[in-house]
Amino acid sequence: MAIVPIPRTPLSLAERSYLPQIASGLKITLKHLFGPNDTLEYPEQRPAIAPGYRGVPTLVRDPNGREKCVSCQLCEFVCPPKAIRMTPGEVPPGSGREHIEKGPLAFDIDMLRCIYCGLCEEVCPEEAIFLQNQYSMSGYTRAEMVNHKDRLLELGGTLPDTHFKWDKKKAAEATAAAHH
Amino acid sequence: MAAFFELNPILQAVLKAVAVICVIFPIAGACSMAERKVCAWIQSRPGPNRAIPPWFRWVPVLGPFLQRIGAFQLMADGLKFLFKEEPVPGQVNKLYFILAPVIAMIPALSTVTVVPFGAYLNGAGQLRPLMLANVDVGLLAVFAVSSLGIYSIILAGWASNSKYPFLGALRASAQLISYELSLTLSVLPVFLWINAPGTPGTMSLVRTVAYQSQPGFWGGAWFVFTMPLSALIFLIALFAETNRQPFDMPESESDLVGGFHTEYGAFKWALFFVAEYSNMIVGSSVFILLFLGGWNPLPWIPLATLAGWLGLAGHPVALGAVSVVIFLGKVLALIFFFMWVRWTVPRFRYDQVMKIGWEKLLPLAIANLVIYAVGIAIIQR
Repeated sequence: MAIVPIPRTPLSLAERSYLPQIASGLKITLKHLFGPNDTLEYPEQRPAIAPGYRGVPTLVRDPNGREKCVSCQLCEFVCPPKAIRMTPGEVPPGSGREHIEKGPLAFDIDMLRCIYCGLCEEVCPEEAIFLQNQYSMSGYTRAEMVNHKDRLLELGGTLPDTHFKWDKKKAAEATAAAHH
Repeated sequence: MAAFFELNPILQAVLKAVAVICVIFPIAGACSMAERKVCAWIQSRPGPNRAIPPWFRWVPVLGPFLQRIGAFQLMADGLKFLFKEEPVPGQVNKLYFILAPVIAMIPALSTVTVVPFGAYLNGAGQLRPLMLANVDVGLLAVFAVSSLGIYSIILAGWASNSKYPFLGALRASAQLISYELSLTLSVLPVFLWINAPGTPGTMSLVRTVAYQSQPGFWGGAWFVFTMPLSALIFLIALFAETNRQPFDMPESESDLVGGFHTEYGAFKWALFFVAEYSNMIVGSSVFILLFLGGWNPLPWIPLATLAGWLGLAGHPVALGAVSVVIFLGKVLALIFFFMWVRWTVPRFRYDQVMKIGWEKLLPLAIANLVIYAVGIAIIQR
């Protein structure tokens, strides 16, 4: 590459006096003085959350209102900061969900440990845990910062889901039983 | 009104002084809030707009409006400064450390005495200034007393016994001394012009305004039109003298933490703050009296003409109020300009400040003085 000498013209008197530059700067700041605000007034105005945002991890229900977690504990194992603690248990008979076999008795996510990496969401075979829109967690004690199962389900709500994997399995078993 | 003038003259003076301080102090405080708001608007933010006492929340329109403009934030800040713990660091020289902010307030508030802030027409139709002390040395008194303000900065920097305040104080003293020369030289053409041969010599600011309110094209022209270079040099030197951006060497947060007031907190710091704004108010007032026609509403329209239009010639109190409003409006506009510049321009480097002061502004001021002296000598011969 050839060296291109760039001519450096000496500054003119007007440039050396700084005044035209200051005047043009004043013009720009005056425009901002009367312009609209670029900031949001936070607690009242909230930013629009982009799709795919990784907020607080939550547990979700399927459109039939069934909690989807089957307490396989993959998220607990994969969680790098060990924020997830889960107590797996049997689904009580008579609840109409016996065919799912297992469900969490307790599901705690310690938000003081969570690093929002999203590995739990990625690893979940049931699409039961999602990092959703909520980004603001606050509390006065350490205990308040642990999300328990009911809170996680409340935060997660219901997500659209077309698999109905367990219903299909139950239907298939029923059909198979009928044909034998 | 009549009862007031029958009081002991000393008591009258004390009452007037208290009244002026009661105006200057809140304006200086309000300026600090205005500074934050102007800063916020220039940076496209809303600025402080949250603080409100609960009972004011119920006032329909006024309450939310005062909340939006941050009026209660100002009071909250003031209260915070009053009730905060006043720690005195262990390494300081206690006497001078505490003395410095007090000394900062003295010149800041005492220069106000010789600044006329309005005028009225007395029974004989003569223009009488509204001021605490109508002394003939006028501007000289302002310069003499306001340059004492540097002692508070040096004292604060030295008594803090810590490196950043010390460096800040050194820079401040060098800067203030350098720019005082240009400041003083730049106003000399004005007084050369006023003190024409055959008239009694004066440095009075009242006479300066009177000169800008004469009839005719040249008589009614403000000195900013006839002496633009003087006005420019004075304005630049004023920025430096009041330690405002782009010359805020003594405080330069990025390289000196807080400059001379690094070790100060709570009310002592607030005193420095108020002193700085009082200096700005007095500095702007002097600029307006010298170059922007004082209490005259517009160039070529003196206050007496306005009084004639409004029919206020026979009402000294009303006319005095109008003139004070005009004058304060101009002062606040100039203070807004100070803030506008502060949030626009970055700080000069220290060597640049010295270079501008000694190598550019001072020769320019001297050349300006020589040219105007020759010109005035030819015109007034």
